[in-house]
Amino acid sequence: MTFLSRSILAALAALVLVLGLAACGSDDEGASSAAPDAPAAAAPEESKVIKSDPANAAKGTITVGSKNFTEQYILGELYAQTLEAQGFEVRRRLNLGSEQVAYKALRGGSIDAYPEYTGTALTSFFKVKTKDVPPDPDAAYELAKEKYKAVGITALARTPFQNTFIIASTKKTAEAEGSPKTATELFTKNPKLSISGFPECRQRQDCLLGLQDTYGYKGKFVSSEGKFSDLDSGQSKLTLAFSTDPQLALTDKYVAYEDDKKFFPPYHITLGLKDETVAKLGPETIETLERVQGGLTEDAMRELNRRVELEKQKPKEVAAAYLTESGFVE
Amino acid sequence: MSRFVLAQLKIEKPGGSGSCVADNDFCPEWIAENLDRYWTPLLEHLFLTIVPVVIGFAIAMGLAVLAHRRRWLTGPIVTVTGIFFAIPSVAAFFLLQPITGLGYTTAIVALVSYTLLIIFRNITNGLRNVPAETRDAAVGQGLTDRQLLTRVELPMAVPEIMAGLRIATSTTVGLAALAVFAGAGGLGSEILTDRYFKSNVVVAGGLAVLLAAVLDLALLGLQRLLTPWQRARA
Amino acid sequence: MSTILAVLGDFGEGIEFLLKERESVSGGVQIGGPAEMAAFGATHMLVSVAAVLIACALAIPLSLWLGHIGRGDFLATATSNVGRAVPSLALLAFFISFIGLGYTNVISVLVLLAIPPLITSTYVGMRQVDRDTVDAARGQGMTGLEIVRKVELPLALPTIFGGLRIAAVTVVATATIAPLANVQTLGEPILTPQTYGVVGQIGASILVASITLLIDFLFARLQRAVTPKGLKLTGEAPAKGPRFSFPTRRRLRST
Repeated sequence: MTFLSRSILAALAALVLVLGLAACGSDDEGASSAAPDAPAAAAPEESKVIKSDPANAAKGTITVGSKNFTEQYILGELYAQTLEAQGFEVRRRLNLGSEQVAYKALRGGSIDAYPEYTGTALTSFFKVKTKDVPPDPDAAYELAKEKYKAVGITALARTPFQNTFIIASTKKTAEAEGSPKTATELFTKNPKLSISGFPECRQRQDCLLGLQDTYGYKGKFVSSEGKFSDLDSGQSKLTLAFSTDPQLALTDKYVAYEDDKKFFPPYHITLGLKDETVAKLGPETIETLERVQGGLTEDAMRELNRRVELEKQKPKEVAAAYLTESGFVE
Repeated sequence: MSRFVLAQLKIEKPGGSGSCVADNDFCPEWIAENLDRYWTPLLEHLFLTIVPVVIGFAIAMGLAVLAHRRRWLTGPIVTVTGIFFAIPSVAAFFLLQPITGLGYTTAIVALVSYTLLIIFRNITNGLRNVPAETRDAAVGQGLTDRQLLTRVELPMAVPEIMAGLRIATSTTVGLAALAVFAGAGGLGSEILTDRYFKSNVVVAGGLAVLLAAVLDLALLGLQRLLTPWQRARA
Repeated sequence: MSTILAVLGDFGEGIEFLLKERESVSGGVQIGGPAEMAAFGATHMLVSVAAVLIACALAIPLSLWLGHIGRGDFLATATSNVGRAVPSLALLAFFISFIGLGYTNVISVLVLLAIPPLITSTYVGMRQVDRDTVDAARGQGMTGLEIVRKVELPLALPTIFGGLRIAAVTVVATATIAPLANVQTLGEPILTPQTYGVVGQIGASILVASITLLIDFLFARLQRAVTPKGLKLTGEAPAKGPRFSFPTRRRLRST
């Protein structure tokens, strides 16, 4: 064999090897994801299990969207699978992008629903100034619902959990600054600690700029989405984490500081649907959706995030597991 | 709004750090288990490489044949394709956005434009390097212009053309990683979504380089197949 | 027709973004305008120039020597093939995990991307110098170093500058994704549409493309300028585009 033929053969062998590994490595991925049908046997007493209604299949495909981060993927899948369990045809358009893109998609009709945070809706879509957003979760939700109604969108009941911003650091940094508990204490002690946050934060009133105004923050901003990676690698001393981040449960490693000045508005999830879609889905479907999301406490959401981010499971699997473990789906 | 407490989600006790993934080390076991998640992105990446190169080749060949008989066209063509070559792909994706939106079309149009100069130059060089004597001999045998091109000049230009194709292919594999910014998929999308996770970056990046190597060797093989008279030199 | 106007409209808005400040998409902050673009541009140029200079210092002397002694064939082909295929995004992400964010990361990535074209073009340029000319010089009693300095280098300069041109364009183009590593170059508006909007993305793209084209043009001029007059007269002057031909023995000779 010439050298060339040998190298081609070697390259092909390598490719076959890679493909073989891929084939061997693939799990029962396909199996669990499809939403199972409702139980055939009559459910004794009051059952939480979602009932499938054959009439729903004829109502047309429902498109569920989501923004582009872990929690959103999980929520999108969750709502999509809940609808599928009820017999709807569902199409997913997860990973739409930022809230502006998602909102535009919802209003334009390219998606029928997506989960949005009350605080985000108020400040980003309805131009309510951060300091004018009611700090009470229900008041904030009612205000958002009202504003959404004015543009023809129904905002379903808010979830129990909220995912607000929370400043976090490593335990070591906390101890070096005398273990402050609140953000005010932290920034009074040392306003110059570097903080990492998503790129957009740099130019936002409800983010870095607001922090500077409200807490007198004077430190360097590191534009990065690494969050806890940044803390671990020393890229920054503080980071803007999400309150449902799984790493926050590791209290021997990380410390979170209370937003005592209530700078950040409430960020509860509400599923936004166009009014026509709500009519199409019917009150039973809406009730089921709200029932399913009712189990999403902050601990629960953090757990779901943990499974995706730390165990690297797929959002689809994790959402399905939530439904089965909570008893909504068999 | 009834919100009754439901059966609990099984919440694992924290303390999960110490696992390879949570500590963000380089994890061979995770890689072995999860290789299948790179399959679709790899295929998308392959698509994003082959389609632009094929289209680019078709267009460049047409332009080269045109410029072969009308030499004055070479300058303008080189200038225009040179402009496409210089424009950074990310910028190109967004410049195309008002026209083609976000998605595979935008990515492919931009990637095609990037290959044009390379392939055009190589085809042209290849055609022009055909020795005058060979050309004269062919004309002397009564070949028409078209036959001269297809039976003599192009076959003799194959090495140079293939060299151009190989360069275009490797370059496109590298650039296709950026297609994620145009709204397409590919290995770049995998890299971007989990870019702080070492194992992911290494695998996705490594697969791209492997893809380029395989395609390069394939093209080399094709070249050897097409030019039997060269084999004596091997 | 209306699509054409709409398209022009988007570009027109993009240019307006460059020229005039406006409120950010999320509200409350002024973004865009010449001042901010100049700041981004300065960072962009800073990392690009630094990277090109460092890459030259690392790649050119080595390749000159290898080209002179004729022993770098494999290195030249291998680095250029691998170098072209490595996605800049992968390299950047790789460095984020292993080095971290910031200027060191970005400049290292840019240097690594600039080195392959420099190695290849310098080596090839040196090898393509007519052997007879080198022999004549040797016959005249010149030392190796003198030959490089007085004969080979000047004749190889056009090809070397061709590689320099590619390196410069590659570096400036790649610096666009530097914001992923916390270095806010002109790519910042492109990568952060939540603040700068689609208008910002288009505007910044126009700016980046224009600057890159300008640099390409300047280096093309430079390349012509360093071509010794003798080469220009024989018609072996570099053509306007990059040449990637390797010193193979592909040319069929009838003898």
